[in-house]
Amino acid sequence: MFKWILYYILLFFICMSCSNESVNEYVPVPSPLEIPPFFQDNILAPVIPTDNPQTVEGIALGKKLFFDPILSADNTQACADCHAPENAFSDADRFSDGIDGLLGNRNSMPLFNLAWNYDEKFFWDGRVFGIEHQAFQPVTDPLEMNNTWMQVEQKLQQHSEYPNLFEQAFGTTTIDSTLVTKAIAQFERTLISSNSKFDKFLLNEATLTPEELNGFNVFMDETKGDCFHCHGSDKNPLWTDNIFHNNGLDATFTDLGLGKVTGDPADNGKFKSPSLRNLVFTAPYMHDGRFETLDEVINHYSEGLQNSPTIDPLMKKVAQGGAQLSTQDKTDLKAFLLSLSDFEFINNPAFSNE
Amino acid sequence: MRKTRFIFILSLITLSSCGKDNDDEVSQANVTFNFSHNWDATDVTNTNFNTIQYTNANGEELSITKLRYIISNITFQKSDGEIVVLDGYNLVDVTNSTNLSFSPVTTIPTGDYSNVFFTFGFNNEANYNNNYPDLNSATWNVPAMLGGGYHYMQLEGKFIDNTTTETGYAYHAIRAVDNSGATQVFENTFFEVDLGEVTINNNAIFEIDMNIAEWFKTPNTWDLNVLNNMLMPNFNAQVMMFQNGQNVFSLNTVNQ
Repeated sequence: MFKWILYYILLFFICMSCSNESVNEYVPVPSPLEIPPFFQDNILAPVIPTDNPQTVEGIALGKKLFFDPILSADNTQACADCHAPENAFSDADRFSDGIDGLLGNRNSMPLFNLAWNYDEKFFWDGRVFGIEHQAFQPVTDPLEMNNTWMQVEQKLQQHSEYPNLFEQAFGTTTIDSTLVTKAIAQFERTLISSNSKFDKFLLNEATLTPEELNGFNVFMDETKGDCFHCHGSDKNPLWTDNIFHNNGLDATFTDLGLGKVTGDPADNGKFKSPSLRNLVFTAPYMHDGRFETLDEVINHYSEGLQNSPTIDPLMKKVAQGGAQLSTQDKTDLKAFLLSLSDFEFINNPAFSNE
Repeated sequence: MRKTRFIFILSLITLSSCGKDNDDEVSQANVTFNFSHNWDATDVTNTNFNTIQYTNANGEELSITKLRYIISNITFQKSDGEIVVLDGYNLVDVTNSTNLSFSPVTTIPTGDYSNVFFTFGFNNEANYNNNYPDLNSATWNVPAMLGGGYHYMQLEGKFIDNTTTETGYAYHAIRAVDNSGATQVFENTFFEVDLGEVTINNNAIFEIDMNIAEWFKTPNTWDLNVLNNMLMPNFNAQVMMFQNGQNVFSLNTVNQ
């Protein structure tokens, strides 16, 4: 009899342990990425860390943080200052100036379609893994926000709104750097660009001009532009391989790029291929913003290549300076590249500080 | 009493049906294909990349900076003609040291096979009738102006040219296409790699070797000074790659 009583007590405790312990806990609302159909059909699924799922509250918090100068030491600089929506989340200045007026040596990278960076190597030199980890760096960089995470956490913790917003997004009012970067990463993953004229052309919703069509052929022709090997094709809407190449900018390097990260001399002078989407908004160009116009960029690949030990083998006719495109092909290539501009993306109110 | 006996018999049948099915275990085998690479018997991995250290049949010194290729359609054929084709394909990426081992999901019956082979590249049905998101994501496509579909191989590096200048080469294999006329003319340049007779007694691991030097050797002595870039639209170069590719692969061992 005693044994049976023991069983009942045990059963009671087991049942109790199964009950809903958090009836009052706020549960964030899942908000899966809206994957464009063309992406869905043609490329692999985006990378979403299992420990940072997209939620309505997380995204909203990340957006607020992205546009809030509270992350900087003197409350003057937000992420959006160097990643402005109207510039496809890049900076129109060659080098961004930080809160102390100091300049870096790289052009601010545009931010879109980041969830499809399958290798998850971020920055021009690939020095961090994952969007969450990327977001850690600008806050403490002396050339950027020049803050400490302890200060950021304290300011946010003492703020009238943030503790509640973190509670809603992550179930805790205790704010730390990990949760800040998780929220920012959630917002950044929503920055999806998929509505350029060329996207609509692929969906039979727009017609390209003869110049744009010829420009696309120059892009895809291995004997001409041969751009597709690094920047993808009509089957890959990212327009980048997200891989690191030396594209013949310099004969000697003042900035080692990937080589400084890996320590391998074979990586010297290599930088990530940027996406060719939204070029109309993202000038200046290259990792150091050395080219102010697309014409300069095209001229570089056509006549301006500099040989070096690590120049990519795909940079052909280096001895002649490059692909030697005709004036017409250059003009048409530029027209095609501009057809990858997504005006809906930069005007999307979900991505602006409103 | 009758009811109890019935339940007892039913339990016995049920329990015995859960027993280990040894027949099934011995009749199906998993196969794995490992891909190793060498330059005329000297092992090549990505740690050997980026340094000019190899000499091709034409006497040019060269390095490798990238090597990836696709194999597909692994087929086990019995003497009576019965075949088992394993699902899937594998993009071997030596540069990143990924997919050097491929274990298809499909199992094969144990027994004697008169011929085992796989396709280097894709046959035309696989190449043109499918859309592969993983390969699109790997920027593995061939432009529509060259017929579309996918690369078979990308072998890239540097060589010392006849002016002693370090020059890039991009030895990219695709289906040969002649664009010079009004209509495109194609020639098949995927090929079967014959691994010969194999008896499968158990789970098996095939060790496949690629001798990279052979791409430059037989029957066409490859002159990188002439053929180093823009080879995808070069019909004759693609046919030469196809011919040289016949001697590139070999079966080292099958471990069971």
